[in-house]
Amino acid sequence: MLELIKNTIDFLSQPSISLTMILVAFPFVFPPTEKFDVWHRKLKLHKIWTKQGGMIGLVFITLYFFLGFTDEHFSLILKKPDNVPIIFIIYSVLFFLWLSMYQAYENDQRLAAGEPVAEYYPAKEKVLVWPDLVFIEFIALILMTVFLLIWSIALPAPLEQAANPTLSPNPAKAPWYFLGLQEMLVYFDPWIAGVLFPSLMILGLMAIPYFDRNKEGSGYYSFAQRRKSIFIFLYGWLVLWIFPIVVGTFFRGPNWNFFGPFEEWSVAKVVALSNVNLSDYIWVKMLRIGLPSNPLIRESVGIVFILAYFGLIPIVLARGKLRALPEKLGPIRYGLIVFLALAMMLLPIKMYLRWTLNLKYIIAIPEAFFNI
Amino acid sequence: MTDASATPTPSEAPAQEPQQDSAEPIERKSFLSWLSVGWIAFAAATGGFFTMMGRFMFPNVLFEPPQSFTIGFPDDFQIGVVDERFKDSRGIWVVRSYDGLYALSTVCTHLGCTPNWLITDNKFKCPCHGSGFRKSGINFEGPAPRPLERYKVTLTEDGQVFVDKSVKFQYEKGQWDLPGAILKV
Ligand code: FES
Repeated sequence: MLELIKNTIDFLSQPSISLTMILVAFPFVFPPTEKFDVWHRKLKLHKIWTKQGGMIGLVFITLYFFLGFTDEHFSLILKKPDNVPIIFIIYSVLFFLWLSMYQAYENDQRLAAGEPVAEYYPAKEKVLVWPDLVFIEFIALILMTVFLLIWSIALPAPLEQAANPTLSPNPAKAPWYFLGLQEMLVYFDPWIAGVLFPSLMILGLMAIPYFDRNKEGSGYYSFAQRRKSIFIFLYGWLVLWIFPIVVGTFFRGPNWNFFGPFEEWSVAKVVALSNVNLSDYIWVKMLRIGLPSNPLIRESVGIVFILAYFGLIPIVLARGKLRALPEKLGPIRYGLIVFLALAMMLLPIKMYLRWTLNLKYIIAIPEAFFNI
Repeated sequence: MTDASATPTPSEAPAQEPQQDSAEPIERKSFLSWLSVGWIAFAAATGGFFTMMGRFMFPNVLFEPPQSFTIGFPDDFQIGVVDERFKDSRGIWVVRSYDGLYALSTVCTHLGCTPNWLITDNKFKCPCHGSGFRKSGINFEGPAPRPLERYKVTLTEDGQVFVDKSVKFQYEKGQWDLPGAILKV
């Protein structure tokens, strides 16, 4: 019975399956539109953001880790000092997600009933920054220091042998906060996954206040008033950042192969991953004439594909589904938002192309270090 | 607490002259010259700092293993075997196939980790993001965009194999057909 559960979890954890499940569930858990909200409530998913829902979630995650700590393979991963922060991450991310959603849903109810939000504070009474707030912060600071000290004494940072450029540990893992980037590197060229995407993330986050000028929901938690923005943000945060970190930490073993959490990390595991460039598919497999020697002609299909992806989709959307947006946001803001959203979609798209078609690069010009 | 001082009451607002006379007034001109002195000093310090940083990039002595070396006679290498003896010391794999002998770089073309030679799977496999390379160095799995690089191999006069790591041959540039990319033996 236990074996069956473990095998099921192993199976479901494969990135292709777990990502699909997450992507499908996402709009129902965080409904971006009213239509999804109807389903959200029909499926009783709004119960997650209540106290009982939070408790049940907590029990489930703890059970999962309990199962992990009693398992001979998973416990090795969980007890590694490097990975302890990820357990904290899972708990704290989910806790704060639940907390904010709980408050948001409560406020939504109040707003619907015409009451003031929970954060509403009659301005007559005041709490002073000094000493009230500063004092709390000071205590938090001391507690945090104590916690870090105990942690660093109890679980010393792993010191390995002197660095040797000819020997990469197997698996060679980045520090945990970079594991999401390392996971992206599996699907993209270093220039894209290591330079372009991180810059886009930082610039995109910096640009949020310029993109999102919705005054509603400022100063208090609310979901109903900012469905779409919260949905997009949580997609980036949970699916594109936290999920790859968890996958990279728990599920990547020797030779960067994928391993289910309860699976043994065996160096001998062989996964066939032969990957083919789009140009190979086109010129060699479909047209059977061999690769043209000019890289631009060779990659023309991929280039057209990428240009159309970033160039045509915004125009098509502006004529169709999102007709109201360009006018409301102005062409520049609209263009930038759609560009960033498309870039955010590129990661799962590329992942699926890799999993289904073994596609390596859409555009592959190694001569110029340019691969997408 | 802070409120009282932040909103001036009408009674104290007027008449208060800016309190300048207590300290020496700073003339506009002298201030400007002080400012330029400050900026020049700042620029000099930063410039000096970066110059020293730049100098640091070009050390007087480089403790690097030699870039060219002999690795023994061709017959020391068996056909079809990936020789790992020079991986740690020289950063090359020496492979002898029926076509000849070549020296592969041990740097993954994706992001520069060192792959492992997996005898059972007959491939080089990178532990960082899972790129795989065939014995020839051709990339066939994972994200690596191009094959492993080859180094120049020639024979010395006494018949030893001589590897020159300063000359690289890249497959995607069609350089593997050039003389030196493979040693016919
Ligand atoms: S460095 Fe070898 S696969 Fe990324």
